[in-house]
Amino acid sequence: MITLTDQPFDPGALLSDFCRDRTETGAVASFVGLARAELGAAAILELEAYPGFTEGEINRIAQEAVDRFSLDDFAVVHRVGQIAPGESIVFVATAATHRRAAFEACDFLMDYLKSRAPFWKKETGPDGARWIEPKPQDHADIARWET
Amino acid sequence: MARVLLFGRLSDVAGWRSRDIASDTLTALRDLLCGEDVHLAEALRAPGVQVALDQAIVRGDAALSPRSEVAFLPPMSGG
Repeated sequence: MITLTDQPFDPGALLSDFCRDRTETGAVASFVGLARAELGAAAILELEAYPGFTEGEINRIAQEAVDRFSLDDFAVVHRVGQIAPGESIVFVATAATHRRAAFEACDFLMDYLKSRAPFWKKETGPDGARWIEPKPQDHADIARWET
Repeated sequence: MARVLLFGRLSDVAGWRSRDIASDTLTALRDLLCGEDVHLAEALRAPGVQVALDQAIVRGDAALSPRSEVAFLPPMSGG
């Protein structure tokens, strides 16, 4: 399941829903990304997506994760629009028979989302606005999976 | 008429997000955009800018139809 939303979401409720009625899964891993205040430098974060294309690209990489890690299921919920510090930006959950696959698939999906998924992120604070682009660490993170 | 979409910093630089522009090829469209806005031209030449034609990434030139959707995509960052 892939969802883009401009409304705040409750990651705990999403995780409970994701875990419900699974009798053969065995392992669920999840990740929640939160908007940082950067000690007052970031008053608001604005996320732009390309409707249709963004969901399609995430789905393509999620299907790769399903094949690569033999996932039973996955969920990606991503905010768009304006996000206040402390709010959740992204929720990723992965379900597999055993924990290693669930952990690794979750890690893989987050590395992809940080530097390859079609989102554009603008941070606005007292000193003005700036677009945030992937850092060298983000590129190094995703390179780990490209062997 | 192709529908042209700008995302992220590109729409900030150009001052628009979506326009209908008559052009037969991607290269001609890009030349037209660069010719009318020197700041957008510079932003489009920046590293990591990709182009999607009808929601699929393309490299090099391509023919455009009147219903084509062309999106210019600066470096992406989610999460």
